[in-house]
Amino acid sequence: MFDLKDVSKTFTLHNQGAAVIEVLSGANMTVTAGECVALTGASGSGKSTLMRMLYGNYRAQGGVVSVAGVDLVQAAPREIIRLRREVLGYVSQFLRVVPRVPTLDVVAEPLLALGVPAAHARDQAATLLARLNIPKTLWDLSPTTFSGGEQQRVNIARGFIHPFPALLLDEPTASLDATNRNVVLELIADAKARGTAIIGIFHDEAARDQVCDRQIDVTGFSPGCAA
Amino acid sequence: MTDTALLSVRGVTKRYGAHIGCADVSFDLYPGEVMGIVGESGSGKSTLLNCMAGHLAPDAGQVVFDTAVDGPCDTLQMSEPERRMLSRTDWAFVHQHARDGLRMGVSAGGNVGERLMAVGARHYGDIRGSAIDWLGRVEIDETRVDDRPTTFSGGMQQRLQIARNLVTGPRLVFMDEPTGGLDVSVQARLLDMIRSLVRDMGLSAIIVTHDLAVVRLLADRLMVMKSGHVVEAGLTDQVLDDPQHAYTQLLVSSILQV
Amino acid sequence: MTDYNFAYLDEQTKRMIRRAILKGLAVPGYQVPFASREMPMPYGWGTGGVQVSAAVMTTDDQFKVIDQGADDTTNAVSIRSFFERTAGVATTTQTAEATVIQTRHRIPEQDLTEDQILVYQVPIPEPLRFLEPRESETRKMHSLEEYGLMHVKLYEDISRHGHIATSYAYPVKVEGRYVMDPSPIPKFDNPKLSDCPAIQLFGAGREQRIYALPPYTQVVSLDFEDHPFVASKADHPCGLCGVEDSYLDEVIIDDAGGRMFVCSDTDYCTARQADGFKGKDAA
Repeated sequence: MFDLKDVSKTFTLHNQGAAVIEVLSGANMTVTAGECVALTGASGSGKSTLMRMLYGNYRAQGGVVSVAGVDLVQAAPREIIRLRREVLGYVSQFLRVVPRVPTLDVVAEPLLALGVPAAHARDQAATLLARLNIPKTLWDLSPTTFSGGEQQRVNIARGFIHPFPALLLDEPTASLDATNRNVVLELIADAKARGTAIIGIFHDEAARDQVCDRQIDVTGFSPGCAA
Repeated sequence: MTDTALLSVRGVTKRYGAHIGCADVSFDLYPGEVMGIVGESGSGKSTLLNCMAGHLAPDAGQVVFDTAVDGPCDTLQMSEPERRMLSRTDWAFVHQHARDGLRMGVSAGGNVGERLMAVGARHYGDIRGSAIDWLGRVEIDETRVDDRPTTFSGGMQQRLQIARNLVTGPRLVFMDEPTGGLDVSVQARLLDMIRSLVRDMGLSAIIVTHDLAVVRLLADRLMVMKSGHVVEAGLTDQVLDDPQHAYTQLLVSSILQV
Repeated sequence: MTDYNFAYLDEQTKRMIRRAILKGLAVPGYQVPFASREMPMPYGWGTGGVQVSAAVMTTDDQFKVIDQGADDTTNAVSIRSFFERTAGVATTTQTAEATVIQTRHRIPEQDLTEDQILVYQVPIPEPLRFLEPRESETRKMHSLEEYGLMHVKLYEDISRHGHIATSYAYPVKVEGRYVMDPSPIPKFDNPKLSDCPAIQLFGAGREQRIYALPPYTQVVSLDFEDHPFVASKADHPCGLCGVEDSYLDEVIIDDAGGRMFVCSDTDYCTARQADGFKGKDAA
């Protein structure tokens, strides 16, 4: 599902004397359906950068980043858009939404984008919000005013409402209490059972050990360590 | 996924004497896509929009639109009646100032109904029914159908303009700073509305704005213009989060954080 | 006779106007620009109509002028005497005898014939003017047949009044092509525009436009399917001649609210009375 070959990434800061920062080089990895892989490495080692490249958010300078057969390095924007709509889900640490849109609609949106009837999409959203213990009184409010943990759960609900065959999780259990943490781990386990290929960053080691099949240390992809 | 672009722009160039309005702009827009065009004032984004929408004649280039009847046609080679017909049926244009896009002396219902009547609707009851339906979709109360837009707030006028444009079910909407000049709470509501309409109607849209927050929320793709040239283009979040060009990096880093 | 050239205008001016008229007849309903002259009367008093009448007039013509249907109002009397003096033509008040009829705001009740020319005085020739003030844009709309806006006006009427309240200068479409302002005639007269044996010429002096309907031109009043055009009039018989189907003026006759309805077409009414018809208010 995910297939990286010889991927490199540099940032060129044109407004700061054209400084070139090399972040990754020679990155290779493969993740198949039903597998859950954790990215590890010290802070600043490039985990988040790699995640963003897997989502097509950052552009690789070289190599192949193939997700479900689409090479994100070469693909036209519309191919990536379709991939994100149908195949590739992403639970980020930050919630970015149109202000004043009710939480229920925020969560239902990935389904609406796929053309699911609004009533059905909202039902699904309600089920998921309830499972994640978001009080019903908040559903009609915009999540922009929610606490960090609540926003995190809204983000998770958005990521899991459609059974994406490929899923990226950036700290899904951070800032959650034990109950909700378990719900999220259940959701991840369910997704794996469906055959979803998952790549995640987990600082929560217990969670990582519970759901992940293996770990990839991205320190190995740092330019200095490249083979 | 369809392989025919809804709009193919090739080498569009417009000069104002020695000054360059926009130069050699090319891109493809596919059905259902929303593309943002950003850049500072004078970067040529409005010139480009007006060239594409047929308001300005470019000096060179092609603007090929996949028409419903005849397939892809270069709109710049079309006769004026054909192009004007296109702008009443398959195309829509939302102006920054609602006053430029509305008839201020005509009731809200008449404003929405005009495009229907322009394409031959001759049943008063049906026209009025559609007008009321569309006022509802843009969250304007049905009781205001006979009021003139002069009695509406800025946000309502902008929503009325959108209703007036979308009533004939266009496939491509050009928007020039649609949220400019509105206060932020009104902006948010308008953004959400535009997003839902684009999704529900399967519209394609080209949105010119200088507000990066607006494009992040509305646009799938982004084109960054400077001095008439496209300096960077790609997925909206990619261009904003991992800008490659010096100007884009400057633009992104210049946003004030709230 | 007099020191005036025949019918006041010089021959070159009349030629210019005739060319505009011919073009107008060739393209029914199309507004032809012409170089309107200063006339010895104020704008709004029929300067366009007078120039058109002067251009088509011959020494053999019998000239009639009506203002709101009447032969005896100031405007009608003045224009009649103007041509008596400058052209020396015979004048008449009888519709049947006239060969050129200049009119303000009415079409005679009596059917016109192929031997007659009806000349309308037009204040504002552009039917789209009130919704689209830009002349450059309205010309384009005419040339591209973009007439949706005309229906917006009717839509506004219905939404405000519950029916099409426009009662005069009611827009028409000529031969399925040009939308035309028929001058401020009551919409009661609109059906008479269509399939008329006489030549109909429209002159707007201040606006410098001439347009025309050749004989037997098809003219359709615009409307909606669910609000069809109705040629309305006051629902009364004429108080003087008793006729049921002519356009009526309402006349206030005392300070106590008394009123009567009489034919607006004075010649028609007088002729009927001479034939012995009597209405309820007849002396």
